[in-house]
Amino acid sequence: MAESFLTEAQPVTETSSSGANDVPPVLEAQNIVKRFPGVVALNDVSVAFAPGEVHAVVGENGAGKSTLMKVLAGAHRPDEGRLLLNGEPVIFNHPSAAQASGISIIYQEFNLLPDRTVMENIYLGREPHRFGIVDYKQLEVNTRRVLRELEAEKLIDPRAMLGTLSVAQQQVVEIAKAISLDAKVLIMDEPTAALATHEVAVLTDLIHRLRARGIAIIYISHRLIEVFELSQKVTVMKDGELIGTKPTSDVTMGQVVEMMVGRVLTDYFPERGRPEDIGPMALRLENASNKMLHNIDLELRSGEIVGVAGLQGSGRTALAQAIFGVDPFETGTMVIQGEPRLLRKPAEAVRRRFGYVTEDRKTEGLTLKQPINDNVLLTLRTLQNKLARAFRNGTRNDKDLALELAQRVDVRAPGMDSEVQYLSGGNQQKVVLAKWLATDASVLIFDEPTRGIDVEAKASIHDRIRELARAGAVVMMISSELPEIIGMSDRVVVMWDGRIVGELPGGSSEAEIMQLATGFANGGFEGVAAPASNPQPAG
Amino acid sequence: MAAISPPASQTSAFDRARHWLRDSRIPPVYGILVIIFLVSIVLDLVFGIDDQLYIFNRTIMTNVLVRSVALGIVAVGQTFVMIGASIDLSVAYLISLTAVGASFLMNGNPDNIWWSVLVLIGIGVVVGFVNGTLITRLKVNSLIATLGVGLIIKGLLNAAFDNFAGSVPASFQTFAYGSIGPMPISVLVLFLVVAVGWFILRRMRFGAHLYATGGSEEVARLSGLRTERILTMAHIICSTTAVLTGLFVVSRLRSGAPWVGTDGLYDLESIAATVIGGTTLSGGRGGVWGTLAGVLIFSLLDTTFNQIGINAYMKQILRGAIIILAVGFYTVRSMREAA
Repeated sequence: MAESFLTEAQPVTETSSSGANDVPPVLEAQNIVKRFPGVVALNDVSVAFAPGEVHAVVGENGAGKSTLMKVLAGAHRPDEGRLLLNGEPVIFNHPSAAQASGISIIYQEFNLLPDRTVMENIYLGREPHRFGIVDYKQLEVNTRRVLRELEAEKLIDPRAMLGTLSVAQQQVVEIAKAISLDAKVLIMDEPTAALATHEVAVLTDLIHRLRARGIAIIYISHRLIEVFELSQKVTVMKDGELIGTKPTSDVTMGQVVEMMVGRVLTDYFPERGRPEDIGPMALRLENASNKMLHNIDLELRSGEIVGVAGLQGSGRTALAQAIFGVDPFETGTMVIQGEPRLLRKPAEAVRRRFGYVTEDRKTEGLTLKQPINDNVLLTLRTLQNKLARAFRNGTRNDKDLALELAQRVDVRAPGMDSEVQYLSGGNQQKVVLAKWLATDASVLIFDEPTRGIDVEAKASIHDRIRELARAGAVVMMISSELPEIIGMSDRVVVMWDGRIVGELPGGSSEAEIMQLATGFANGGFEGVAAPASNPQPAG
Repeated sequence: MAAISPPASQTSAFDRARHWLRDSRIPPVYGILVIIFLVSIVLDLVFGIDDQLYIFNRTIMTNVLVRSVALGIVAVGQTFVMIGASIDLSVAYLISLTAVGASFLMNGNPDNIWWSVLVLIGIGVVVGFVNGTLITRLKVNSLIATLGVGLIIKGLLNAAFDNFAGSVPASFQTFAYGSIGPMPISVLVLFLVVAVGWFILRRMRFGAHLYATGGSEEVARLSGLRTERILTMAHIICSTTAVLTGLFVVSRLRSGAPWVGTDGLYDLESIAATVIGGTTLSGGRGGVWGTLAGVLIFSLLDTTFNQIGINAYMKQILRGAIIILAVGFYTVRSMREAA
């Protein structure tokens, strides 16, 4: 158990050619290409990170930020291009190899053990010891030293159980772990996403101290205000490509947003709703809140597709789940067909003919090892009377119904008894859709309905969604893909930080949506972020 | 826990005690042990046959400890693998194998004791290594891997022996029946095993790494730990404790039969005692002292029911209830912590 398996970063041939800046970069990515089946996640990305600099990386969801970070941290191997560390080409086979070379990454989900103490977490695998017996005194001394360097020794007790600490404290522990590994480059992925407003200040101080120590900080954030407060450089990514790197002081927020968006619409979308399609109000939320959502006011009409835009963590999925009763609203009103009623369980929502096409079809939408037939009938069966439910395959009518629905949504499969796990993503999503058609759902919520499926299936699903709306259904569609939001929606609501920050007509531009979604059009920290720490009184 | 706090004249005192218990992180198993002890006294007072309370009888109390030895030793090993988020169902079969193997190999001759013991421990190490390798390298689910290995041992054993085979020499029975002063040797061995287990888990790097591996294999791996080796080592330790238990069993019985381990329910009871002691099935949490308390709870119940002569099946019902209550209590507690 003694030695660790950290493989040293292997130096490859020849040395660096770059270094035009005054300060030579500590870490540099050159012409990185990373492909995943069906997508080019990174296309010819070159960027350099200088010591003592906070370098922000921004872009929409799916722009390739996270993939780039994983390449830098050794979690992904690039297909083309190379990494230079202090001018030397390096190849990381494993995240721990990158870590040993001084590149640490702090994910939103911490890599820490809640049932171990702070000091055991920081020095896991590197405990000071004699003959295998841990020297806990030395361990505590070392931990205190690291915490003192971060001026956090009063904030955190080395002997405290990690699970008893706040999220902000745990983040400091993660940073301390990186510092104890002598990190030269620290990658922070959305570090403020889980923090309360007053905790952000602690992190900001910490980042300033790390900078002063000459550490290069790569800072991924959706919050442009933070980016402009903290960073010296900003890199904008879009669709796996690097749009540009600029000194932060040379650009405005508006320019950054412009760089993030502005793409040609290539996908096909069905015609928008005509005024005569749009019917009466069917569902209204008034001042509805729960832990994740604040004062939501929203009206949904039959015949209309309402797109919900927003960045990850802005509360889009929380909104869908609250309406559907997964994580219900705690205060406020929900009016369904004129009748005030909050749904407290998905079963209630299903009985009221709500349908929810979830974000992750494989874990939430389908029972993968069951045939198409059973998946299509899954929800319907819960609505049928007990006798019909008792027979697994139901009546002959059920089978016919399942087949008819599968044909209607154009599922392509060898037969109705094919297991869903063997279908393509697009066909799987069609099965999910058929499942809700089976219940005659009149309120349909789609969360990322076309994520990860091919163009043809995408168009087919878009057509079905529009058909449903035309037939009088209430449709709410969440999507990270702005073209999809713009192409499909009759009306767009934009979420930020658990609230609805704006409503735009169908056909609005990406820039308009992004301005709201990144929070920069919302009046900044004081105006918008502050209420988050003052929860509304109940009622 | 109510029994520990003074009768609640006002709710605040009770609440304070409750909160103190919750925040102190003292595993509730010790509370359960105290409760079982108090319940035993009450049962003895009500149903007891003679005037003297057995609970204060040294011989009987020593008997409680001796009863704990066989299960206690193997439960320490079970605690190791369960902290690593694994499980070992092969221990009962390995105990049978050891008991039969010891009486067969020693065959009444004191000269055979030492090499026989070494051979048997060697077998234990091999079984643990096989278990660990199946689980960590071939990624076989631990329940299935160890059950399979156990059934293979059982098959081999049944093919070779169908009854008591040979016997251990009288000198070997000192392990079970000898004592140093008032203290039985077997009880000393039990405490030694628990103490060594505690030391390894709480003071050694291997222990820290085992908790990490059980807590999150991914985090441990990303921190550079060789989780496969760590978990395999835990399985070797577990199988070795099973061999020790087997040796104790055979030294008590003088001769081993292929059913002594399985009849003793050492597989399921070692898991139950470990779980009652606060080690979670999901790994990363727990310790050997809690497990010892869990084993003592079982022994105390056995002794009490024997003493007062109540239907033995009641004992089983009570055991079942305690297991369920303990696990439910832990789950509720950790949910509160998470909240």
